[in-house]
Amino acid sequence: MTGSDFNILLPEVILALFAMAALLFGVYTGKDKTTGLITWATAAVFALLAVWIGVNGEGARTAFGGMFNDDPFARFAKVTILLSAAAVLVMSADYMQRRGLARFEYPILVALSVVGMMMMVSAGDLMALYIGLELQSLALYVIASIRRDSAKSTEAGLKYFVLGAFSSGLLLYGASLTYGYAGTTLFSGILSTLGEGVPLGLLFGLVFMLSGLAFKVSAAPFHMWAPDVYEGSPTPVTAFFATAPKVAAMALFARLVYDAFGAIPADWTQVIAAMSLLSMFLGAVAAIGQKDLKRLMAYSSIAHMGYALLGLAAGTAAGVQAMLVYMAIYVTMNVGTFAFILSLERDGKPVSDIHALNMFSKKEPLKALAMLVLLFSLAGVPPMLGFFGKFYVLKATVDAGMVWLATAGAVASVIGAFYYLRLVFYMYFGKETDGVESRMGAVQWLALMASAAIMVVGIVNLMGIDPAAAIAAEALVR
Amino acid sequence: MATIILLAPLVGALICGFGWRIIGEFAGQVITTSLVFLAAALSWVIFLTFNGETQHIHLLTWIQSGTLDTEWAIRLDRLTAIMLVVVNSVSALVHLYSFGYMAHDDNWHEGEHYKARFFAYLSFFTFAMLTLITSDNLVQMFFGWEGVGVASYLLIGFYYRKPSANAAAMKAFIVNRVGDFGFALGIFALFFLTDSIRLDDVFAKAPELATMNLSFLWGEWNAANLIGVLLFIGAMGKSAQLGLHTWLPDAMEGPTPVSALIHAATMVTAGVFLVCRMSPLYEYAPDATTMITVLGATTAFFAATVGLVQNDIKRVIAYSTCSQLGYMFVAAGVGAYPVAMFHLFTHAFFKAMLFLGAGSVIHATHHEQDMRNYGGLRKKIPLTFWAMMIGTLAITGVGIPLTHFGFAGFLSKDAVIESAYVGSDYAFWLLVIAACMTSFYSWRLMFLTFYGESRAHAHDDHGHDAHGHGHDDHGHGAHEPHESPMVMLIPLGVLALGAVFSGMLWYNSFFGDEAKMRAWFAMEAVAEHGEVAAEGDHAAPAEGTATEATATETHAAPAETHAVATAPKGAVSILPYGPEELESVKARIGFHEGEGHHEPVNIIAAAHAVPAWVKVSPFIAMVLGFALAFQFYIRKPDLPKRLAAAQRPLYEFLLNKWYFDELYNAVFVIPARWLGSFLWKKGDGAVIDGTINGVAMGFIPLLTRLAARMQSGYIFHYAFAMVLGIAALITWMSLSGGAH
Repeated sequence: MTGSDFNILLPEVILALFAMAALLFGVYTGKDKTTGLITWATAAVFALLAVWIGVNGEGARTAFGGMFNDDPFARFAKVTILLSAAAVLVMSADYMQRRGLARFEYPILVALSVVGMMMMVSAGDLMALYIGLELQSLALYVIASIRRDSAKSTEAGLKYFVLGAFSSGLLLYGASLTYGYAGTTLFSGILSTLGEGVPLGLLFGLVFMLSGLAFKVSAAPFHMWAPDVYEGSPTPVTAFFATAPKVAAMALFARLVYDAFGAIPADWTQVIAAMSLLSMFLGAVAAIGQKDLKRLMAYSSIAHMGYALLGLAAGTAAGVQAMLVYMAIYVTMNVGTFAFILSLERDGKPVSDIHALNMFSKKEPLKALAMLVLLFSLAGVPPMLGFFGKFYVLKATVDAGMVWLATAGAVASVIGAFYYLRLVFYMYFGKETDGVESRMGAVQWLALMASAAIMVVGIVNLMGIDPAAAIAAEALVR
Repeated sequence: MATIILLAPLVGALICGFGWRIIGEFAGQVITTSLVFLAAALSWVIFLTFNGETQHIHLLTWIQSGTLDTEWAIRLDRLTAIMLVVVNSVSALVHLYSFGYMAHDDNWHEGEHYKARFFAYLSFFTFAMLTLITSDNLVQMFFGWEGVGVASYLLIGFYYRKPSANAAAMKAFIVNRVGDFGFALGIFALFFLTDSIRLDDVFAKAPELATMNLSFLWGEWNAANLIGVLLFIGAMGKSAQLGLHTWLPDAMEGPTPVSALIHAATMVTAGVFLVCRMSPLYEYAPDATTMITVLGATTAFFAATVGLVQNDIKRVIAYSTCSQLGYMFVAAGVGAYPVAMFHLFTHAFFKAMLFLGAGSVIHATHHEQDMRNYGGLRKKIPLTFWAMMIGTLAITGVGIPLTHFGFAGFLSKDAVIESAYVGSDYAFWLLVIAACMTSFYSWRLMFLTFYGESRAHAHDDHGHDAHGHGHDDHGHGAHEPHESPMVMLIPLGVLALGAVFSGMLWYNSFFGDEAKMRAWFAMEAVAEHGEVAAEGDHAAPAEGTATEATATETHAAPAETHAVATAPKGAVSILPYGPEELESVKARIGFHEGEGHHEPVNIIAAAHAVPAWVKVSPFIAMVLGFALAFQFYIRKPDLPKRLAAAQRPLYEFLLNKWYFDELYNAVFVIPARWLGSFLWKKGDGAVIDGTINGVAMGFIPLLTRLAARMQSGYIFHYAFAMVLGIAALITWMSLSGGAH
C-alpha cells in the first residue's frame, strides 16, 4: 500500500471523498435545499473525471498487487459510466424537484454507486470485484426505494434487495469455489492455474459467478427483477438503472471471463451464448405484451443486454470491441428515450402508459420525430446508429463461426421491432384520445435532441468511439 | 443534315408531349407535323443526292465499359437513305392525315385532351424508328428497336378505355419480348465472339464467324448460323412472321393512322431491315437464310389464306401486311437483299395508302369496320374509292407482263418471285399461290366495300357488339357516309403517286440493272467478271473471278488470315455463288451458254435469267384471283355463303386464323396463368403469408402471454427462476464442459 497505488486509484478516491464531503455539506447546511447544488456539482465532478480519465490515462497499470487495473478497457468503461450518470442526473433534477423527491442524498448515493462501478470495471481480484459490486448495489437498493411513501417504490426496492442479495450469494459461492480450486483470488493467478483438464469445481465456480453477474445486467433467466423494479422505481432512478450500472456490469462480465478465464473460452462462451439467446428472445417477446413504457424499457434493456452478450459470446477481440460500441450506443439511446419518458405527464402527474402517446405527433411534431429516430434506432432500423451497433455484434458473431446465434439474433430483432414500431404507430397514426403533455426542461430537451441527432449523424464514424473501443478490446483480449 | 432528320421528331415529341398545356393542343399538333415534314423533305434530299458511300456521323459517346465502347452515331448508307425516305414520308403524311382522322373521337368524353398525346406518341415513334435505322452499332439499334416497341404499345393501347385495346397492346408487347430476347441473345453472342458491337467490326469478322462454333443450349452450333437465327427471331417478332405473328392483327385496335404508320409501313418492316442490314453476316449463314426463306414463304401463304375470309376491313389489310412481309423475307432469305428493300419501299407506299384509305372509309361510315355492312360506297366517297383502287392495283401487281411498266407492286413483287424461283421451289410456289390469294382478298375488299348495294341496314342482326368495335351511341344507319376532309385526302393522293410510280422509277436501281444497283448501293462493281463469264471462261472457277471482283469480301476469308479484315463495301453484301452452287443454279433456271446472257454468278444475275413463264406466273396468279373475286362478289354474291357452308371446317379454320390464338392460349397463356395463380394463392397467400401471419399473430403472442404469466410479481417465483436457470447451466456444464 504505497503512494503510487493510490495515485493509480486517484479518480475513485477523489469521487469517494467528494461524496463524503457532499454528505457532510448537505447534512450541516440546508439539507434538501442544497439538492440542486449537489446534483449539479456531482454531475460536474462526473464530467470532469470522465475528461480527466479519457485524456490523461495512458498505458496499463496495476495497483495493490494486481487487485486494481487501470487499462484502456477500464478507462473506456469508466468514461461511459461517468458521462451517462452525469447526463441522467442533470436531466432528472427537474423531475425530482417537481415530484418532491429532491433529497440531497440522491446524488450522493449515485456518486457512491458510481465509485462502486469504477471499482468493478477495474477489478483484478475476486475481492475487489465483490467490494465494487456491493458498493454499487447497496446504493442502488436505496435509491430504488427513494420514494418512501409509495408502496410501489418500496416494493421495488425490497425486491431488488432480496433478489440482489440472492445473486450476491450465488456470486460469492462461485468465488469461494473458484478460490478453493485455484488457490488464489487474483484474476491473473486463476488464469495461470488453468491448463489441461480444468477441474469441474472451477467450472461450477465460473458458472455461479456468471449467474451473479447476469443478474446485474438483467440477462435471462436472471432478469425477473428488472420489469418490476423499473416500473416501481421513480423514473429518474429507472433511467439510471438502465444506463450506467449496465455498462459497469457488462464490463465486469468481460473483465472476469477474459482476465480470469481467458484460457478456456470454449467453456464460458456457450454459457454466455445461452444467456444471450434467451435474453434476446425473451426481451423481444415479453415486451410485446407490455402496456407500460417503463416496463417496456425494462424488457427492451433485457433484449439489448442479449445483443451485448452476443459480442462477448463471440470470444474474440472484435466481439469485445463490438460489445463496447454497442453499450455506448445503447446508453446514448436510453438517455434520450428516458429524457422523453421523464417529460410525459397528464394533469401534472407522470404518465407511462403507452396509449398516452396516441397522436403525439400532432401536438409535438419535433419531439415525436426525435422519438421516432430513437425508436427506430432501438429497433435497429438502418440507417440509424442502433442498426450499426447490432450489425457490429452480429458480424463479430458470424466471424467467430456462430452463424446460428447471429441468425437467431436477427430473428429476435425482427420480433422486437414490433413493439418499437407500435410506439411510432401510436404517435403518428393512433386513435385520438386525451393525450399527454410533454413538459420538458432545457436539459431534457437537449438530451432528447442530442441523442436523436447522434443516432443520425453518428453513423458517419460511429460517434468516433470505434478506435477507442478497439484499443480497449485489445487491452482486454491479449 | 442526318442529325436534323434524327432529332427533329424527338424535339417535336418533347415539345408537344410535355408542353402542350402551355402552347395549346393545336400548336403542338402543328409543331410535330411540321418538324416531321422537315425531316421528310431532308430525307428526300439525301435520298436523291446521296452517292452511296457509307458515312459515320458521330453524335456522342454512349457506353464505355471494358471493351464495350458504344458511341451514338449515324450510319448513313443506301439502306439508311431508303428507310429514311420511307419512315419520314409516311410519318409526315400520317401526321397530316391524323388532323382529320383524330378530330372527333367517340372514345373520349367532351373536353378531354387526347390529340397532343397522340401526336407526341407519333413523333416519338418516328424518332425511335429513325434511331433504329440510322444506328451504327447493335446496341443503339436495340434501343431504337425497343423504342418503337414502346411507341407501338402506347399507340395500340391509345384507346385505353377499351379493354380490347389494352389487351392488344399487352399482347403486342409480350409477343415482341420473345423476339427481342432472341435479338438480345444474338447481340450478346456477337459481342462474345467479336468483342465489338459496331456494325463494321462485326461485318469484318463475319467470315471468321462462319468457321467458329458456339455452345448454346444443348449443342454446338456454327456461330454464323446461330447468330443469324437468333437475330432472325428478333426480326420475326417485330415483323410478325409465322409463330410470332399473333399480335399484328390485334394491333388494329389502335387508331387507323397508327396502323398505317407502324403496323404497315415502318415498324413491322424493321425485321426485314435488320436482315438486310446484317447481310454481310447472313451471306455466311446458309442455314439461317434457308430458315428465313421457308418461314417467310410460309407466312406469306398462311396470312393470305386467313385474309381470304376476314370481315373486318382493317384485319384484312393487316393479314395482307403479314403476307407481304413474308415476301420480303423470302427475298432476303434467298440473298436478294436489294429486292427485299425494293418490296419494302413500294409496299410502304401502297400499304400505308390502303390503311389510310380504309381509315377514310371507316371515318366516312362513322367507325364501322365490318365489310359486310359496307357496299355501294363508290358513289358516296369517290376520291377514297379511287385511292383505294390505286392501292389495290398496286398490291395485286397490275402491270404489263415481261415489260417494266406497271404499278409499284407489280415490279417489286415480280422481282421477289423471280428471286425466290432461283432460291427454292417451295418458296416460289407458295408465293405464287399467295399472289393469287392476295389478288382475291384485295378485290374482295374492293367489291364488298365499294360495289353492290349498301348493306348498312341489312345486317343489324349482327350489329356492333358482335365484332367488338361497339359504338352503340353511334347507330350507323342514322348517318349518310360522307367524304373525308382534304387533310385526309391529300396524304392519300401523295401516297397514290408513290404507289403508281415508285416501282417504275427505281426498278433499275433496286433490281433491274445490276451494275446500276451495285453503284447505287455502293457495292464493288462486277462489270469485268460479267464479261469474262460471258466469254465462257470455264477454266477459271467462279470463286477465282470473284476474288478480283469483290476483293474485300474474299480477303476476309479465313484462309488468308494475314489479310487485315475489313468490312465489305456497300450497304448490303451479296456474295457470288461458289462453283457447285453455280452449277445447281444454272440447272434450276435452265441456263444455256452463249445466249447472250451474263453468267448468273449471283442471285441478282440469276433472277434476271429465269425463264419467261416464271416471270409471267405472278401476273397469271393475279388475274386468276381477280376473276375469282369478280365471280364471287359481283356476279354471284351468294356463292361465298354457299361455299362457306359446303366447306365448313376449312372456312372455320381460316376464319379462326388457323387457331393460332387458341393454341397459344392453351399452351402458354393458360399454364402461365395457372402457375401464376398457384404461386399467388398457394405459394404466396397460403405458405408465405400463412407462415408469417401464423408466427406473428399466433405463436409470438402465445409466448408473450406465457412470459407475462411467468412475471407473477412474487419474489419467490423470481428466485425460483434464477435457481432453475443456474441448475440448468450447472447441469449442462457438468455434462459438456467437465469432459476435458
